[in-house]
Amino acid sequence: MRMYDLPDARGHFGPYGGVFVAETLTAALDELRVAYERARQDPAFQAEFKYELKHYVGRPSPIYFAKRLTEKCGGARIYIKREDLNHTGAHKINNTIGQALLARNMKKPRVIAETGAGMHGVATATVAARYGMECVVYMGVDDVKRQAANVHRMGVLGAKVVGVESGSRTLKDALNEAMRDWVTNVDSTFYIIGTVAGPHPYPMMVRDFQRVIGDESIEQMQELAGRQPDAVIACVGGGSNAMGIFYPYIENTKVKLIGVEAAGEGLATGKHAASLCAGKPGVLHGNRTYLLQDANGQITETHSVSAGLDYPGVGPEHSWLKDSKRAEYVAVTDDEALAAFHELCRSEGIIPALESAHAVAQAMKMAPKMKKDAILLVNLSGRGDKDMHTVAERSGKKL
Amino acid sequence: MSRIQGRFEALAKAKRKGLIPYIMAGDPHPSLTVPLMHGLVEAGADIIEFGVPFSDPMADGPVVQRSGERALKHGVGLKDVLSLVKQFREKDKTTPVVLMGYANPIEAMGTEKFAAAAKAAGIDGVIVVDYPPEECLDFSALMKKSDIDPIFLLAPTSTKKRIDEVARSGSGYLYYVSLRGVTGAANIDLSDVAAHIPQIRKATKLPIGVGFGIRDAESAKRVAQTADAVVIGSRIIQEIENGSPEDAVMRVKNFLKPIRQALDA
Repeated sequence: MRMYDLPDARGHFGPYGGVFVAETLTAALDELRVAYERARQDPAFQAEFKYELKHYVGRPSPIYFAKRLTEKCGGARIYIKREDLNHTGAHKINNTIGQALLARNMKKPRVIAETGAGMHGVATATVAARYGMECVVYMGVDDVKRQAANVHRMGVLGAKVVGVESGSRTLKDALNEAMRDWVTNVDSTFYIIGTVAGPHPYPMMVRDFQRVIGDESIEQMQELAGRQPDAVIACVGGGSNAMGIFYPYIENTKVKLIGVEAAGEGLATGKHAASLCAGKPGVLHGNRTYLLQDANGQITETHSVSAGLDYPGVGPEHSWLKDSKRAEYVAVTDDEALAAFHELCRSEGIIPALESAHAVAQAMKMAPKMKKDAILLVNLSGRGDKDMHTVAERSGKKL
Repeated sequence: MSRIQGRFEALAKAKRKGLIPYIMAGDPHPSLTVPLMHGLVEAGADIIEFGVPFSDPMADGPVVQRSGERALKHGVGLKDVLSLVKQFREKDKTTPVVLMGYANPIEAMGTEKFAAAAKAAGIDGVIVVDYPPEECLDFSALMKKSDIDPIFLLAPTSTKKRIDEVARSGSGYLYYVSLRGVTGAANIDLSDVAAHIPQIRKATKLPIGVGFGIRDAESAKRVAQTADAVVIGSRIIQEIENGSPEDAVMRVKNFLKPIRQALDA
């Protein structure tokens, strides 16, 4: 593959990405683009970011050989990148630290965020506490109910959680509301977007802050297995954990990149969140990308057992990787993800987030069909403590 | 000459200021939309901004959002919006109609198909809130080719360089967003408007409409001291939703009349 240098100066990945926002946000995005470009080339900023990742987040996160899972599947060796071991229990904190440091550089005392499952909200509340910033988190009221424990976590960290009543009352509506807040309070406020979506420079910036996952993986796989994996597998909602692990591998075309979307109750039922597998390109939340939409171009409601994948769009770089065939996107149902959740708990003693369980399920499908010396690397983007309620409910138990 | 240009030239000649009300197509019910449009004209509207319902109206406040949600409950899509304009045009061939909405419904229809259908329906201009000029060069050219004015927004935060860029891209009029926020917010800064409009005039000969946050005759009159036209949306929608649908046309007319009078006084 030729040198990969996307996005272009205006944030385009082929036909995707860009800056599709009302004029009221143009100046704020220009300011952010300039500030980020400076930070990107500033050794002091990069050094502080690295220091925080090491001493506050606990990086590098290990890669672990899942021996018993591998034996059960009876094929390729399955390795797991343990993002679940990060402070706050998911990969989200890599990005919130980067953006909070940038907010501090830009002298913005207030940060806002949107959240679905609550993991990005918790990661934002955490760094806001760490750097002494005011923090407001927007969350659909349906998600507030589904994720009560995370709402409480944000509260104890000093953040204010605002329930969003409009639209489908989930992640996309929280994002709309956060954008509205940002437009109104642009001088004092930094909007910490949690995934590789939104207007430029967010998709690039969030990817850059998350690429540490892939950079570490390349070193660790060499040490552990003496070579790089045959395929890297990650779940995709907005797609930040996947972009983080994929990006450093893009030019190494011997490594397959496989993104796993939420097929919910099945792609045929319409109750899913698989924008790349079943959507069409369109414009939402400041960028052009694959979207789940009806014939009138209205964004449709999504479904997934995991709130973190429950989003009708996807980061524009994934849309480009799909069209250019550098990455392959598949979908895994709620039931398959739950089965993989239980399998990983019982065979490895690791409780994965339901989001990450989608990637595990895909590895379990692929491994038996591969040779025993083949290698799969699964990005375990988060831990599953937050999902105990959902898992209990699905098994007919009440906590 | 386009209907929009013609209207602004007539206003300038008569030394009058333009009144541009905004309503959402299909709210509160599609059957009331065309009567509402005629009511707006009877109350003194010079141009109608006609909202296209969208599921995720990022730049709009709660009032316009609710309005769109009501329209979407009736299944009103872009095709229906165009057919409502066509119905309006059966009786009114002179009042310019400007569609205002978001990019995705237009892209879902297909821009070529949209251009042809919008022209056939009698649309005069289009404001696509999340299409800044540099992201829609082809679309703007297509609109101009179809005799539809692509109208762009400017904001209090727009730099001089930005004002020049936007002024070069638009036609019909320029829409100055009078506050930092979403539609219907209460924090309009009248001195900001008075300070910015002369700057924009230096960059363009296009008429300037001002909207977002104009609530009554008083704020309309003050904005019109510098602007060529005032845009009022959220307050009209509030009139529509506060009461029975049968009297909605009457309430909207009663709301607009004093504003028209204040602009003409």
